[in-house]
Amino acid sequence: MNKIARFILFDILKNKIVIFYTILLFIISWSVLGLENNYTKATLSLLNVVLLVVPLVSIIFSTIYVYNSSQFIELLLSQPVPRVKVWFNIFLGLSTALVFAFLLGCGIPILLYSSIETGFSLIISGILLSIIFTAFAMLSAISSRDRAKGIGISIFIWLFFSIIYDGILLILMFQFADYPIEGIMASLAGLNPVGLARIFVLLQLNIAAMLGYSGAIFQQVFGSGGGMGISILILLVWAIVPFVLSLIQFNKKDL
Amino acid sequence: MIEVKNLTKNFGKFKALDDLNLCFTDGKAIALIGPNGCGKTTLIKCILGLNVVEDGDILVEEKSVKDDYRYRNHIGYMPQIGRYPENMTIQQTIKMIRDTRNVPENLLDTELLESFELEKIYLKKMGTLSGGTTQKVSAVLAFMFNPKIIILDEPTAGLDPLASEILKNKIIKEKNKGKLIIITSHLLSELDDMVSEIVFLNEGKVIIQQSVTDLMTERKSEKISESIISILKEMKN
Repeated sequence: MNKIARFILFDILKNKIVIFYTILLFIISWSVLGLENNYTKATLSLLNVVLLVVPLVSIIFSTIYVYNSSQFIELLLSQPVPRVKVWFNIFLGLSTALVFAFLLGCGIPILLYSSIETGFSLIISGILLSIIFTAFAMLSAISSRDRAKGIGISIFIWLFFSIIYDGILLILMFQFADYPIEGIMASLAGLNPVGLARIFVLLQLNIAAMLGYSGAIFQQVFGSGGGMGISILILLVWAIVPFVLSLIQFNKKDL
Repeated sequence: MIEVKNLTKNFGKFKALDDLNLCFTDGKAIALIGPNGCGKTTLIKCILGLNVVEDGDILVEEKSVKDDYRYRNHIGYMPQIGRYPENMTIQQTIKMIRDTRNVPENLLDTELLESFELEKIYLKKMGTLSGGTTQKVSAVLAFMFNPKIIILDEPTAGLDPLASEILKNKIIKEKNKGKLIIITSHLLSELDDMVSEIVFLNEGKVIIQQSVTDLMTERKSEKISESIISILKEMKN
């Protein structure tokens, strides 16, 4: 790991908000997993919390951190370091710190109270969501000079993927209920990183049957070993694309 | 040595720099002055590569700033407001910048570090430091790697009298070693004993580039501040 990324990583790990976030995740996971004897049920309850909290904290914290570091970024750029390297290392430091916080907060209770087989998919999707929403944060922070606007964009991105997107899908489903749209719906659901993370975990838990007919479709589209690979691939694309877009903007930006 | 050639910089419709031509030679301390919004900071940011140069060119040590980033090895920069990651100590911050520079230990200039006595508070976190102490860290970082060019943006703004005296002496010493030093400042009275050349900018254009001795004899005054004020009054009329 590069010096700059490591420096930022250690700075964030000592940050009070991140420490609070880690403890919060730990208490939630510990209480949810400790109260429920059925691993699968407990992992499901935890999944809903993780899908809500991890993207929110990742995107808001990262956006604010990038804005607060603007003068530090200027200082780094006045050193003989290329722009690409500075921006990538900030991303690396931020996402590593948030992944670390997630692993400490959720990974340890899962290892202690659940089994690695049931918890594995949840840990993977938590890690990927942390990285994806850090990338989104960097995109919204670079697209506006105004901090309030940048944080607003971040909140909207979170709201869109967590709530609005599913709402739109529901409306579509009702509107076109008479047509055979299950395949399209499954693909559309898979395009949303939060939705995809949810499907990914549900299918690993082998409870797709609980979702009824659409669960069978999901099973068909994402269920096989190849489907798991594709899901992870799509999630990685969701991390890379916003970051590359932000990098392009950063490269030609007047700071 | 810095050469600015036909540099034009627009922010939207606002023309911050207008076909600017300048040459800064080594062994001089140059004061960049002018009213607010005249393009001082924009010019400095263009030299540092913080602003993208599109129209015109800047050559630092005969290398264009457009080509690659390595020319910044020759530049030390002290920003007007330094903000560093809050939870890291002074020691860690200095070490991190040192690592990005890769300058061997025996070539480091730690004179300011010692005279500001920063080593005593090496383990304090950057977030807990006062504005003045943060400025001291910035100054140390600007001089530490023995760069040929040192750019200081309002260097003495937050410093106490003792510290700004130390910094002034350091600036004079480095100038006499043959380095190029560029200072922007509003405190004209501070510049008197440091500066050897004045560049006066207004609305993105160079109004005056003149050595201090010439300026004094021409304006028949003993202080830089007086001659600048007489120029400003002339401009208004």
